[in-house]
Amino acid sequence: MTQPLDGNALAGTFSELFRFDMTVTEGECRHCNDVTVLARALVYPDPTGFVMRCCSCDEVLLTILVTEKRTWLDLSGIAGLRIPQP
Amino acid sequence: MAIFTRGFTGRSREADPDLPPGQYLADDFPVLSAGPTPKLDRADWTFSVQTETGGVKWTWDEFMELGAEDVHTDIHCVTRWSKLGTTWRGIPLDAVFDAVETEREFVMQYSYGGYTTNVPLEDLLDGKAWIAFEYEGELLAPEHGGPARLIVPHLYFWKSAKWIRGLVMQEQDEPGFWEQNGYHLYGDPWREQRYW
Amino acid sequence: MTGGWLVGTVVETRTETPSGRSLVIDVPGWTGNIAGQHVDVRLTAPDGYQATRSYSLASADDSTRVQLAVDRLPDGEVSPYLVDGVEIGDQLELRGPLGGWFVWRPTETRPVQLIAGGSGVVPLVAMLRARAVAGTTAPMRLLYSVRTPGDRFFADELETLDGIDYAYTRQVPDGFARPPGRVTPEDLARLTIPASENPAVFVCGPTGFVETVARALVDLGHDPLQVKTERFGGA
Repeated sequence: MTQPLDGNALAGTFSELFRFDMTVTEGECRHCNDVTVLARALVYPDPTGFVMRCCSCDEVLLTILVTEKRTWLDLSGIAGLRIPQP
Repeated sequence: MAIFTRGFTGRSREADPDLPPGQYLADDFPVLSAGPTPKLDRADWTFSVQTETGGVKWTWDEFMELGAEDVHTDIHCVTRWSKLGTTWRGIPLDAVFDAVETEREFVMQYSYGGYTTNVPLEDLLDGKAWIAFEYEGELLAPEHGGPARLIVPHLYFWKSAKWIRGLVMQEQDEPGFWEQNGYHLYGDPWREQRYW
Repeated sequence: MTGGWLVGTVVETRTETPSGRSLVIDVPGWTGNIAGQHVDVRLTAPDGYQATRSYSLASADDSTRVQLAVDRLPDGEVSPYLVDGVEIGDQLELRGPLGGWFVWRPTETRPVQLIAGGSGVVPLVAMLRARAVAGTTAPMRLLYSVRTPGDRFFADELETLDGIDYAYTRQVPDGFARPPGRVTPEDLARLTIPASENPAVFVCGPTGFVETVARALVDLGHDPLQVKTERFGGA
Protein backbone atom coordinates (compact mmCIF):
# COMPACT_ATOMS: atom_id res chain seq x y z
CA MET A 1 0.00 0.00 0.00
CA THR A 2 1.18 3.52 -0.63
CA GLN A 3 2.05 4.74 2.83
CA PRO A 4 1.60 8.45 3.22
CA LEU A 5 4.02 10.73 5.00
CA ASP A 6 2.91 13.93 6.68
CA GLY A 7 3.31 17.65 6.16
CA ASN A 8 6.68 17.58 7.95
CA ALA A 9 8.05 15.91 4.80
CA LEU A 10 7.27 19.01 2.73
CA ALA A 11 9.05 21.45 5.03
CA GLY A 12 12.02 21.72 2.69
CA THR A 13 9.92 22.16 -0.45
CA PHE A 14 7.78 24.73 1.32
CA SER A 15 10.90 26.62 2.41
CA GLU A 16 11.64 27.29 -1.27
CA LEU A 17 8.21 28.80 -1.81
CA PHE A 18 7.16 30.50 1.40
CA ARG A 19 8.93 32.85 3.75
CA PHE A 20 7.04 31.40 6.70
CA ASP A 21 6.97 27.84 8.03
CA MET A 22 3.99 26.18 6.35
CA THR A 23 4.20 23.15 8.63
CA VAL A 24 3.16 25.19 11.68
CA THR A 25 0.62 27.14 9.64
CA GLU A 26 -2.99 26.10 10.08
CA GLY A 27 -4.99 25.36 6.98
CA GLU A 28 -8.75 25.15 6.65
CA CYS A 29 -9.92 22.33 4.41
CA ARG A 30 -12.28 23.63 1.76
CA HIS A 31 -14.18 20.36 1.69
CA CYS A 32 -14.82 19.59 5.39
CA ASN A 33 -13.73 22.86 7.03
CA ASP A 34 -11.39 21.06 9.44
CA VAL A 35 -8.60 23.35 10.61
CA THR A 36 -5.26 21.83 11.45
CA VAL A 37 -1.55 22.55 11.21
CA LEU A 38 -0.29 21.40 7.85
CA ALA A 39 2.36 19.24 9.57
CA ARG A 40 -0.52 16.86 10.33
CA ALA A 41 -1.85 16.66 6.79
CA LEU A 42 -1.13 13.52 4.81
CA VAL A 43 1.40 13.72 2.01
CA TYR A 44 1.50 11.15 -0.73
CA PRO A 45 5.00 10.57 -2.03
CA ASP A 46 5.25 11.15 -5.73
CA PRO A 47 8.56 12.40 -7.03
CA THR A 48 7.35 15.10 -9.38
CA GLY A 49 4.03 15.90 -7.82
CA PHE A 50 3.27 16.20 -4.14
CA VAL A 51 -0.32 15.81 -3.04
CA MET A 52 -1.29 16.96 0.43
CA ARG A 53 -4.60 15.65 1.77
CA CYS A 54 -6.78 16.59 4.70
CA CYS A 55 -6.20 14.21 7.63
CA SER A 56 -9.90 14.46 8.45
CA CYS A 57 -11.64 13.89 5.11
CA ASP A 58 -8.81 12.84 2.75
CA GLU A 59 -9.68 15.43 0.11
CA VAL A 60 -6.84 17.23 -1.63
CA LEU A 61 -5.62 20.37 0.13
CA LEU A 62 -2.85 21.31 -2.23
CA THR A 63 -0.60 19.99 -4.96
CA ILE A 64 2.97 20.96 -5.82
CA LEU A 65 4.58 20.01 -9.12
CA VAL A 66 8.21 21.00 -9.58
CA THR A 67 9.42 21.08 -13.16
CA GLU A 68 12.49 22.56 -14.76
CA LYS A 69 10.75 25.70 -15.87
CA ARG A 70 8.26 26.36 -13.11
CA THR A 71 6.71 25.11 -9.91
CA TRP A 72 2.97 24.53 -10.11
CA LEU A 73 1.24 25.23 -6.82
CA ASP A 74 -2.48 24.57 -6.52
CA LEU A 75 -3.94 25.69 -3.21
CA SER A 76 -7.59 25.37 -4.20
CA GLY A 77 -8.32 22.75 -1.54
CA ILE A 78 -7.40 25.22 1.18
CA ALA A 79 -10.07 27.71 2.19
CA GLY A 80 -7.63 29.78 4.19
CA LEU A 81 -4.28 29.79 5.97
CA ARG A 82 -3.64 31.01 9.51
CA ILE A 83 0.00 31.96 9.75
CA PRO A 84 1.46 32.42 13.27
CA GLN A 85 3.22 35.72 13.83
CA PRO A 86 7.00 35.26 13.87
CA MET B 1 25.34 25.34 -8.52
CA ALA B 2 25.07 22.01 -6.69
CA ILE B 3 28.19 20.12 -5.75
CA PHE B 4 28.71 16.57 -6.96
CA THR B 5 28.53 13.88 -4.31
CA ARG B 6 31.54 11.58 -4.44
CA GLY B 7 30.53 8.00 -5.03
CA PHE B 8 26.81 8.59 -5.46
CA THR B 9 25.17 7.29 -8.59
CA GLY B 10 21.57 6.72 -7.57
CA ARG B 11 19.36 4.03 -9.02
CA SER B 12 20.61 2.39 -12.15
CA ARG B 13 19.82 4.65 -15.07
CA GLU B 14 20.48 2.58 -18.14
CA ALA B 15 20.15 4.28 -21.42
CA ASP B 16 18.45 2.16 -24.03
CA PRO B 17 17.73 3.02 -27.65
CA ASP B 18 14.22 1.61 -27.29
CA LEU B 19 13.38 4.18 -24.65
CA PRO B 20 11.73 7.53 -25.29
CA PRO B 21 13.91 10.59 -24.59
CA GLY B 22 14.81 11.20 -20.96
CA GLN B 23 13.67 7.78 -19.70
CA TYR B 24 15.54 5.13 -17.72
CA LEU B 25 14.92 1.41 -17.45
CA ALA B 26 13.38 0.36 -14.15
CA ASP B 27 13.97 -3.04 -12.66
CA ASP B 28 11.08 -2.76 -10.26
CA PHE B 29 7.60 -1.27 -10.48
CA PRO B 30 7.54 1.87 -8.36
CA VAL B 31 4.25 2.65 -6.68
CA LEU B 32 3.23 6.25 -7.09
CA SER B 33 -0.01 7.54 -5.83
CA ALA B 34 -1.81 10.79 -5.27
CA GLY B 35 -3.94 9.30 -2.56
CA PRO B 36 -4.86 6.32 -0.44
CA THR B 37 -5.44 2.92 -2.03
CA PRO B 38 -9.18 2.34 -2.36
CA LYS B 39 -10.55 -0.88 -0.93
CA LEU B 40 -12.58 -2.53 -3.64
CA ASP B 41 -14.33 -5.85 -3.90
CA ARG B 42 -15.15 -7.35 -7.27
CA ALA B 43 -18.64 -8.01 -5.93
CA ASP B 44 -19.20 -4.26 -5.57
CA TRP B 45 -17.17 -3.15 -8.58
CA THR B 46 -18.89 -1.53 -11.54
CA PHE B 47 -17.56 0.15 -14.62
CA SER B 48 -19.55 2.66 -16.63
CA VAL B 49 -19.27 4.78 -19.72
CA GLN B 50 -21.40 7.90 -19.64
CA THR B 51 -22.38 9.50 -22.92
CA GLU B 52 -24.39 12.54 -24.00
CA THR B 53 -27.49 10.36 -24.29
CA GLY B 54 -27.08 7.98 -21.38
CA GLY B 55 -24.52 5.31 -21.08
CA VAL B 56 -23.71 1.75 -20.17
CA LYS B 57 -22.77 0.14 -16.87
CA TRP B 58 -21.29 -3.28 -16.20
CA THR B 59 -20.79 -5.40 -13.11
CA TRP B 60 -17.56 -7.38 -12.93
CA ASP B 61 -19.04 -10.54 -14.37
CA GLU B 62 -20.83 -8.67 -17.14
CA PHE B 63 -17.64 -6.82 -17.97
CA MET B 64 -15.62 -10.02 -18.23
CA GLU B 65 -18.05 -11.27 -20.87
CA LEU B 66 -16.72 -8.62 -23.25
CA GLY B 67 -13.69 -10.84 -23.68
CA ALA B 68 -10.19 -10.39 -22.29
CA GLU B 69 -6.92 -10.57 -24.18
CA ASP B 70 -3.23 -10.72 -23.34
CA VAL B 71 -1.19 -7.57 -23.76
CA HIS B 72 2.59 -7.29 -24.14
CA THR B 73 3.81 -3.72 -24.01
CA ASP B 74 6.24 -1.06 -22.76
CA ILE B 75 5.21 1.54 -20.20
CA HIS B 76 6.70 4.96 -19.57
CA CYS B 77 6.20 7.04 -16.46
CA VAL B 78 6.63 10.80 -16.45
CA THR B 79 8.98 10.40 -13.48
CA ARG B 80 11.47 8.95 -16.00
CA TRP B 81 11.31 5.24 -15.35
CA SER B 82 10.22 2.84 -18.11
CA LYS B 83 9.55 -0.85 -18.14
CA LEU B 84 9.88 -2.78 -21.37
CA GLY B 85 7.96 -5.93 -22.18
CA THR B 86 5.36 -5.88 -19.42
CA THR B 87 2.48 -8.32 -19.67
CA TRP B 88 -1.12 -7.66 -18.77
CA ARG B 89 -4.50 -9.19 -19.35
CA GLY B 90 -7.54 -6.99 -19.91
CA ILE B 91 -10.64 -6.05 -21.82
CA PRO B 92 -9.82 -3.95 -24.88
CA LEU B 93 -11.52 -0.57 -24.99
CA ASP B 94 -12.57 -1.47 -28.53
CA ALA B 95 -14.92 -4.07 -27.02
CA VAL B 96 -16.21 -1.50 -24.54
CA PHE B 97 -16.96 1.07 -27.21
CA ASP B 98 -18.70 -1.49 -29.41
CA ALA B 99 -21.47 -1.23 -26.81
CA VAL B 100 -21.43 2.57 -26.63
CA GLU B 101 -22.90 5.22 -28.91
CA THR B 102 -21.41 8.66 -28.81
CA GLU B 103 -20.57 11.58 -31.05
CA ARG B 104 -18.09 13.00 -28.54
CA GLU B 105 -14.38 12.66 -29.15
CA PHE B 106 -12.84 13.15 -25.73
CA VAL B 107 -12.88 11.09 -22.58
CA MET B 108 -12.38 11.78 -18.88
CA GLN B 109 -11.28 8.73 -16.90
CA TYR B 110 -12.56 8.54 -13.30
CA SER B 111 -10.98 6.43 -10.59
CA TYR B 112 -12.41 5.16 -7.35
CA GLY B 113 -10.82 7.64 -4.94
CA GLY B 114 -11.40 10.66 -7.18
CA TYR B 115 -8.43 10.76 -9.55
CA THR B 116 -9.18 11.90 -13.08
CA THR B 117 -7.22 12.07 -16.30
CA ASN B 118 -8.30 13.06 -19.80
CA VAL B 119 -7.58 11.34 -23.12
CA PRO B 120 -8.87 11.65 -26.71
CA LEU B 121 -11.21 8.77 -27.61
CA GLU B 122 -9.12 7.80 -30.62
CA ASP B 123 -6.20 7.09 -28.27
CA LEU B 124 -8.28 4.41 -26.57
CA LEU B 125 -9.36 2.60 -29.75
CA ASP B 126 -7.78 0.41 -32.43
CA GLY B 127 -5.90 -1.80 -30.03
CA LYS B 128 -4.33 1.01 -28.05
CA ALA B 129 -5.95 0.61 -24.61
CA TRP B 130 -7.35 -1.94 -22.16
CA ILE B 131 -9.05 -2.23 -18.80
CA ALA B 132 -6.46 -4.50 -17.22
CA PHE B 133 -7.04 -6.82 -14.27
CA GLU B 134 -3.92 -9.00 -14.41
CA TYR B 135 -0.27 -7.99 -14.41
CA GLU B 136 2.56 -10.45 -15.08
CA GLY B 137 0.17 -13.38 -14.78
CA GLU B 138 -1.23 -12.41 -11.38
CA LEU B 139 -4.29 -10.51 -10.28
CA LEU B 140 -3.54 -6.79 -10.35
CA ALA B 141 -2.54 -5.75 -6.82
CA PRO B 142 -4.46 -2.90 -5.14
CA GLU B 143 -1.38 -0.68 -4.90
CA HIS B 144 -0.94 -1.01 -8.66
CA GLY B 145 -4.56 -0.14 -9.38
CA GLY B 146 -6.37 -3.41 -8.77
CA PRO B 147 -8.95 -4.82 -9.21
CA ALA B 148 -8.84 -3.02 -12.57
CA ARG B 149 -7.04 -0.10 -14.12
CA LEU B 150 -7.02 1.45 -17.53
CA ILE B 151 -3.80 1.11 -19.49
CA VAL B 152 -3.01 3.25 -22.51
CA PRO B 153 0.70 2.46 -22.91
CA HIS B 154 1.54 4.77 -25.79
CA LEU B 155 1.04 7.77 -23.49
CA TYR B 156 2.82 8.56 -20.21
CA PHE B 157 1.49 6.28 -17.53
CA TRP B 158 -0.31 8.98 -15.53
CA LYS B 159 -2.87 8.73 -18.35
CA SER B 160 -3.60 5.13 -17.28
CA ALA B 161 -5.99 5.61 -14.39
CA LYS B 162 -5.72 3.14 -11.52
CA TRP B 163 -8.85 1.84 -9.81
CA ILE B 164 -10.86 2.77 -12.88
CA ARG B 165 -14.49 3.44 -12.13
CA GLY B 166 -15.73 4.82 -15.43
CA LEU B 167 -15.34 7.04 -18.43
CA VAL B 168 -17.31 10.17 -19.21
CA MET B 169 -17.46 11.38 -22.78
CA GLN B 170 -16.53 15.03 -23.12
CA GLU B 171 -17.16 17.56 -25.85
CA GLN B 172 -13.75 19.09 -25.33
CA ASP B 173 -10.43 17.82 -24.04
CA GLU B 174 -10.92 19.09 -20.48
CA PRO B 175 -7.91 18.58 -18.22
CA GLY B 176 -7.98 16.02 -15.43
CA PHE B 177 -6.29 16.12 -12.00
CA TRP B 178 -2.63 16.43 -12.95
CA GLU B 179 -3.31 18.14 -16.26
CA GLN B 180 -4.83 21.02 -14.31
CA ASN B 181 -1.68 21.16 -12.23
CA GLY B 182 1.05 21.30 -14.81
CA TYR B 183 1.10 17.97 -16.63
CA HIS B 184 0.77 18.01 -20.42
CA LEU B 185 -2.73 17.68 -21.86
CA TYR B 186 -1.77 14.84 -24.24
CA GLY B 187 1.37 13.19 -22.82
CA ASP B 188 3.30 11.58 -25.69
CA PRO B 189 6.56 10.14 -24.30
CA TRP B 190 8.23 10.16 -27.72
CA ARG B 191 7.80 13.91 -27.96
CA GLU B 192 8.61 14.23 -24.25
CA GLN B 193 5.31 15.94 -23.48
CA ARG B 194 5.64 15.92 -19.71
CA TYR B 195 4.50 19.36 -18.66
CA TRP B 196 2.85 22.43 -20.17
CA MET C 1 24.94 28.97 -0.34
CA THR C 2 22.48 28.73 -3.21
CA GLY C 3 18.77 28.38 -2.61
CA GLY C 4 19.28 27.66 1.06
CA TRP C 5 21.67 24.72 0.56
CA LEU C 6 24.75 24.55 2.75
CA VAL C 7 27.74 22.33 2.13
CA GLY C 8 28.86 20.20 5.07
CA THR C 9 31.80 17.86 5.55
CA VAL C 10 31.41 14.47 7.19
CA VAL C 11 33.73 14.46 10.22
CA GLU C 12 32.61 11.35 12.03
CA THR C 13 30.82 8.13 11.16
CA ARG C 14 29.70 5.44 13.57
CA THR C 15 28.00 2.14 12.97
CA GLU C 16 24.88 2.05 15.11
CA THR C 17 23.16 -1.15 13.99
CA PRO C 18 23.66 -3.83 11.32
CA SER C 19 21.78 -1.58 8.89
CA GLY C 20 22.33 1.83 10.41
CA ARG C 21 24.97 4.47 10.81
CA SER C 22 25.18 7.88 12.42
CA LEU C 23 27.07 10.74 10.80
CA VAL C 24 28.43 13.94 12.26
CA ILE C 25 28.62 16.67 9.65
CA ASP C 26 30.37 19.99 10.07
CA VAL C 27 28.32 22.67 8.34
CA PRO C 28 29.83 26.16 8.16
CA GLY C 29 27.01 28.66 8.32
CA TRP C 30 24.75 26.41 10.39
CA THR C 31 22.79 28.51 12.87
CA GLY C 32 21.57 25.75 15.19
CA ASN C 33 18.33 23.87 15.53
CA ILE C 34 15.60 22.97 18.01
CA ALA C 35 15.21 19.35 19.10
CA GLY C 36 12.96 17.51 16.65
CA GLN C 37 13.87 19.40 13.51
CA HIS C 38 15.27 17.81 10.39
CA VAL C 39 17.42 18.56 7.37
CA ASP C 40 17.05 17.73 3.71
CA VAL C 41 20.16 16.09 2.28
CA ARG C 42 20.72 16.43 -1.47
CA LEU C 43 23.01 14.15 -3.45
CA THR C 44 24.15 14.86 -7.01
CA ALA C 45 25.41 12.12 -9.33
CA PRO C 46 28.07 12.78 -12.01
CA ASP C 47 25.40 13.14 -14.71
CA GLY C 48 23.58 15.76 -12.69
CA TYR C 49 20.85 13.45 -11.37
CA GLN C 50 19.77 14.59 -7.91
CA ALA C 51 18.07 12.85 -5.05
CA THR C 52 16.88 14.60 -1.90
CA ARG C 53 15.77 12.98 1.36
CA SER C 54 14.86 14.25 4.82
CA TYR C 55 16.71 13.13 7.96
CA SER C 56 15.95 14.10 11.51
CA LEU C 57 18.76 15.54 13.58
CA ALA C 58 19.93 13.77 16.70
CA SER C 59 21.72 16.95 17.74
CA ALA C 60 20.14 20.15 19.02
CA ASP C 61 22.77 22.67 19.92
CA ASP C 62 24.34 25.82 18.57
CA SER C 63 27.52 24.34 17.20
CA THR C 64 28.13 23.96 13.47
CA ARG C 65 28.19 20.19 13.85
CA VAL C 66 24.99 18.28 13.25
CA GLN C 67 24.39 14.60 13.77
CA LEU C 68 21.94 12.47 11.90
CA ALA C 69 21.36 8.73 11.64
CA VAL C 70 20.34 6.68 8.64
CA ASP C 71 18.81 3.23 8.36
CA ARG C 72 19.63 1.39 5.14
CA LEU C 73 16.37 0.50 3.39
CA PRO C 74 16.46 -2.59 1.17
CA ASP C 75 15.23 -0.85 -1.98
CA GLY C 76 16.63 2.51 -1.01
CA GLU C 77 18.41 4.89 -3.32
CA VAL C 78 19.95 7.34 -0.85
CA SER C 79 20.12 5.37 2.39
CA PRO C 80 22.53 2.69 1.08
CA TYR C 81 24.88 5.45 0.01
CA LEU C 82 24.74 7.26 3.36
CA VAL C 83 25.16 4.05 5.35
CA ASP C 84 27.75 2.23 3.25
CA GLY C 85 29.30 4.73 0.85
CA VAL C 86 29.92 8.00 2.64
CA GLU C 87 33.41 8.49 4.11
CA ILE C 88 34.98 11.01 6.44
CA GLY C 89 35.90 14.05 4.39
CA ASP C 90 33.02 13.68 1.96
CA GLN C 91 30.85 16.71 1.34
CA LEU C 92 27.06 16.67 1.44
CA GLU C 93 24.54 19.39 0.70
CA LEU C 94 22.10 20.12 3.51
CA ARG C 95 19.11 22.40 3.88
CA GLY C 96 17.68 23.33 7.24
CA PRO C 97 16.77 23.35 10.00
CA LEU C 98 13.30 22.41 8.85
CA GLY C 99 9.99 21.83 10.60
CA GLY C 100 8.78 23.88 13.54
CA TRP C 101 5.93 21.64 14.69
CA PHE C 102 7.43 18.35 15.81
CA VAL C 103 9.80 20.07 18.25
CA TRP C 104 10.46 20.21 21.98
CA ARG C 105 11.68 23.41 23.55
CA PRO C 106 13.28 23.50 27.01
CA THR C 107 10.71 26.12 28.00
CA GLU C 108 8.06 23.37 27.93
CA THR C 109 7.16 22.53 31.53
CA ARG C 110 4.80 19.60 30.95
CA PRO C 111 5.94 16.01 31.27
CA VAL C 112 6.93 14.52 27.92
CA GLN C 113 6.33 11.03 26.56
CA LEU C 114 8.43 10.02 23.56
CA ILE C 115 7.50 6.93 21.53
CA ALA C 116 9.84 5.69 18.81
CA GLY C 117 9.66 2.99 16.15
CA GLY C 118 13.03 2.00 14.68
CA SER C 119 14.99 4.93 13.31
CA GLY C 120 12.14 7.18 14.48
CA VAL C 121 14.15 7.46 17.70
CA VAL C 122 16.54 10.00 16.14
CA PRO C 123 14.58 13.25 16.69
CA LEU C 124 13.56 11.96 20.12
CA VAL C 125 17.22 11.50 21.06
CA ALA C 126 17.65 15.18 20.22
CA MET C 127 14.88 15.95 22.69
CA LEU C 128 16.50 13.83 25.41
CA ARG C 129 19.81 15.60 24.82
CA ALA C 130 18.24 19.06 24.84
CA ARG C 131 16.49 18.28 28.09
CA ALA C 132 19.72 17.07 29.72
CA VAL C 133 21.49 20.28 28.73
CA ALA C 134 18.62 22.45 29.95
CA GLY C 135 18.43 20.58 33.25
CA THR C 136 14.64 20.45 33.11
CA THR C 137 13.06 18.58 35.99
CA ALA C 138 9.75 17.65 34.38
CA PRO C 139 9.80 13.96 33.43
CA MET C 140 10.71 12.85 29.92
CA ARG C 141 10.21 9.18 29.14
CA LEU C 142 10.95 7.19 26.01
CA LEU C 143 9.26 4.01 24.85
CA TYR C 144 11.50 2.59 22.11
CA SER C 145 10.12 -0.11 19.85
CA VAL C 146 12.71 -1.91 17.76
CA ARG C 147 13.30 -5.42 16.42
CA THR C 148 16.16 -6.54 18.67
CA PRO C 149 18.53 -4.91 21.17
CA GLY C 150 21.17 -4.82 18.42
CA ASP C 151 18.89 -2.65 16.28
CA ARG C 152 18.82 0.26 18.70
CA PHE C 153 20.28 3.54 17.49
CA PHE C 154 22.43 5.35 20.09
CA ALA C 155 22.17 2.30 22.33
CA ASP C 156 25.12 3.18 24.58
CA GLU C 157 23.87 6.70 25.10
CA LEU C 158 20.35 5.54 25.93
CA GLU C 159 21.70 3.02 28.44
CA THR C 160 23.01 5.92 30.53
CA LEU C 161 19.57 7.50 30.82
CA ASP C 162 16.64 6.79 33.11
CA GLY C 163 13.07 6.68 31.93
CA ILE C 164 13.65 4.51 28.86
CA ASP C 165 11.54 1.43 28.17
CA TYR C 166 12.17 -0.95 25.32
CA ALA C 167 9.61 -2.95 23.39
CA TYR C 168 11.33 -5.51 21.19
CA THR C 169 9.34 -6.96 18.36
CA ARG C 170 11.50 -9.97 17.34
CA GLN C 171 14.04 -10.94 19.96
CA VAL C 172 14.57 -9.98 23.58
CA PRO C 173 17.56 -10.18 25.95
CA ASP C 174 17.68 -13.08 28.44
CA GLY C 175 15.44 -12.47 31.38
CA PHE C 176 13.63 -9.56 29.74
CA ALA C 177 10.13 -9.29 31.18
CA ARG C 178 8.20 -8.23 28.09
CA PRO C 179 8.04 -10.96 25.41
CA PRO C 180 8.76 -10.00 21.79
CA GLY C 181 5.89 -8.42 19.89
CA ARG C 182 4.55 -5.20 18.51
CA VAL C 183 3.51 -2.37 20.81
CA THR C 184 -0.04 -2.92 22.06
CA PRO C 185 -2.50 -0.62 23.80
CA GLU C 186 -1.68 -2.53 26.99
CA ASP C 187 2.00 -1.68 26.59
CA LEU C 188 1.11 1.97 26.17
CA ALA C 189 -1.15 1.94 29.23
CA ARG C 190 1.58 0.33 31.29
CA LEU C 191 4.70 2.06 30.01
CA THR C 192 3.73 5.62 29.11
CA ILE C 193 2.76 8.70 31.06
CA PRO C 194 -1.03 8.64 31.43
CA ALA C 195 -3.34 11.19 29.84
CA SER C 196 -4.34 12.41 33.29
CA GLU C 197 -0.88 13.99 33.67
CA ASN C 198 -1.40 15.98 30.46
CA PRO C 199 1.90 15.05 28.83
CA ALA C 200 3.17 16.35 25.53
CA VAL C 201 3.51 13.22 23.40
CA PHE C 202 5.82 12.74 20.42
CA VAL C 203 5.51 9.64 18.24
CA CYS C 204 7.97 9.02 15.41
CA GLY C 205 8.56 6.08 13.09
CA PRO C 206 7.10 4.34 10.06
CA THR C 207 3.59 5.39 9.07
CA GLY C 208 1.91 2.18 10.21
CA PHE C 209 3.54 2.33 13.64
CA VAL C 210 2.69 6.00 14.11
CA GLU C 211 -0.94 5.55 13.11
CA THR C 212 -1.45 2.52 15.36
CA VAL C 213 0.19 4.15 18.37
CA ALA C 214 -1.52 7.52 17.92
CA ARG C 215 -4.93 5.89 17.65
CA ALA C 216 -4.29 3.80 20.78
CA LEU C 217 -3.17 6.87 22.71
CA VAL C 218 -6.37 8.69 21.81
CA ASP C 219 -8.32 5.64 22.96
CA LEU C 220 -6.44 5.89 26.26
CA GLY C 221 -7.73 9.41 26.70
CA HIS C 222 -4.97 11.57 25.24
CA ASP C 223 -6.10 14.70 23.42
CA PRO C 224 -5.27 14.12 19.74
CA LEU C 225 -3.82 17.60 19.49
CA GLN C 226 -1.33 16.81 22.28
CA VAL C 227 -0.02 13.80 20.37
CA LYS C 228 2.46 15.03 17.79
CA THR C 229 3.51 12.59 15.10
CA GLU C 230 6.20 12.42 12.48
CA ARG C 231 6.06 9.70 9.87
CA PHE C 232 9.22 8.32 8.35
CA GLY C 233 9.19 7.03 4.82
CA GLY C 234 11.19 6.08 1.87
CA ALA C 235 14.28 5.15 0.62
